[in-house]
Amino acid sequence: MSALLSVQHLTKDFGGLRAVADFRLELAEGDLVGLIGPNGAGKTTVFNLITGMIPPTSGEIAFQGKSLLGLRAHKIAHRGIARTFQNIRLFNDLSVLDNVRIAYHPYAGYGLTQAVLRTPRFRKAEETLTAQAHELLSVVKLEERADEAARNLPYGDQRRLEIARALAVKPRLLLLDEPAAGMNPGEIERLMELVRHIRGRFRLTILLIEHQMRFVMQICERLTVMDFGQVIAEGTPQEVQANATVIEAYLGKGPC
Amino acid sequence: MIGRRRGIVLLVVVAVYALVMGGAATKLLNPYWQQIIQFACIMTISALGLNVIYGYTGQFSLGHAAFYGIGAYTSAWITKTWAVGAISFPIALAAGVIAAALIAFLIGLPILRLRSDYLGIATLGFGIIVKVLFDNADAVLPTLGGSRGMTGIPHYTTFTWVFLLAIGAVLFVRNFVYSSSGRACISVREDEIAAEAIGIDTTRYKTLGFVLGCALGGLAGGLYAHLYTFLHPMNIDFLKSFDVLLIVVLGGLGSISGTVVAACAWTLLLEGLRVVLPSEILDWRLVIYPLMLITVMLLRPQGLFGGQEFKFLRPGAKP
Repeated sequence: MSALLSVQHLTKDFGGLRAVADFRLELAEGDLVGLIGPNGAGKTTVFNLITGMIPPTSGEIAFQGKSLLGLRAHKIAHRGIARTFQNIRLFNDLSVLDNVRIAYHPYAGYGLTQAVLRTPRFRKAEETLTAQAHELLSVVKLEERADEAARNLPYGDQRRLEIARALAVKPRLLLLDEPAAGMNPGEIERLMELVRHIRGRFRLTILLIEHQMRFVMQICERLTVMDFGQVIAEGTPQEVQANATVIEAYLGKGPC
Repeated sequence: MIGRRRGIVLLVVVAVYALVMGGAATKLLNPYWQQIIQFACIMTISALGLNVIYGYTGQFSLGHAAFYGIGAYTSAWITKTWAVGAISFPIALAAGVIAAALIAFLIGLPILRLRSDYLGIATLGFGIIVKVLFDNADAVLPTLGGSRGMTGIPHYTTFTWVFLLAIGAVLFVRNFVYSSSGRACISVREDEIAAEAIGIDTTRYKTLGFVLGCALGGLAGGLYAHLYTFLHPMNIDFLKSFDVLLIVVLGGLGSISGTVVAACAWTLLLEGLRVVLPSEILDWRLVIYPLMLITVMLLRPQGLFGGQEFKFLRPGAKP
């Protein structure tokens, strides 16, 4: 089976700083892979490169066999890659429902003229996409709060709303940037359930960045470890946990 | 429920129209005040345009008067040179709208890359250029009058025209804002990076918001030209952009109701103070009016409506 996402020799320089160096990653359809590493290792930069938020200095990123280089971020989203952000980026002033409905925009199926004239097609399309948005909200258990402003949601709910919004893009590949950050053990447990559920239900491939080791070790089938912009280890959680280079990157070199 | 609310709104609209028309017919409303009321409707249309640009799409424009001017001069030039009677009026208005939209598109593509204050400065610069162009336009098209002003524009604007078009503008903006394209524009205002990440072509929707807003500005300009029958570059210079900005901020960014109320209140207040104030302090009118603005802003920094709408302007929650 060919790779869904294939990243080769990816390098990104910020001035004199090499944030990502010769990074590689292969994701097969249905994978659930974790990207871990100490702070500043370049994990989020990798996400930004894959989603076209910033252009790479060199290297190749291919999705479903087609290169993503040079595409603007929204085009990459249309190809089927959605993401969440480390520092949640919701549309704060809008309702929970509208946060999700906006992401359905490419599937709205009506144009400006139809909207302005309120044609039957417009009404029907709006009804459909509103129903779909409600359904997604029920998946992340935010159905009850559909009409609230996103900014008023508690932190954990905001994270789940961001996932719902990403799902509305109808992605094949979902990138989650520290989904469990700031969550308590109970919330982490529910998040794990959610990730497993959406993966099965929407047949997603998931790549996630996370610092919560319990979360990563329990949910990910494979891990890629980064340090100083480079891949320093790959393998199953057990292999990675036993890897000397990884332990060194996290804990430093022992005295002996 | 929705049917009844619609009925009430329709009734109010018809009543306002009948009141003004009746007032004019019975001479209770003198021509001066008729003109003021028409001007309030024109400001409503123009401010609704800026609200689409700034309030909904989040693009800070200080050049709105330029597009108003482009609409005004284009339509006035058509009705004046192509004098075939009142039939030319709607065509001229449409031409003004198209001219404003087209120029907004061409100027928007490069400058909408800028953000917030930088965009403000760029649009301000554009406004000054347009004003200077019209100052000297008589060198190319003598009809436009240049810095002497353009005279002899036929008086076609009536209350019926401005009232219907203002209602049309309200409906247009409402239908646009509560649609998928409108939500795409709002997402650009809320968070451009997140909008891109979920597949919104932010350049496209920034441009769309800007073009639609400027088109409404152009429409207002065309109505203005045919109301006062005289145009001068001073009427469209950058200071006029601030009047519109003030209305939009005063009414509340991203609120149609707020824009309508603030546009009418602003116009009527400015003139109303002449009537209300005793003659000995009349000279203080332009001091009292800014003081009132400051007070409103201090008490309601989010604007009169603060992003809220009258119920009838929101689409029925669920049918």
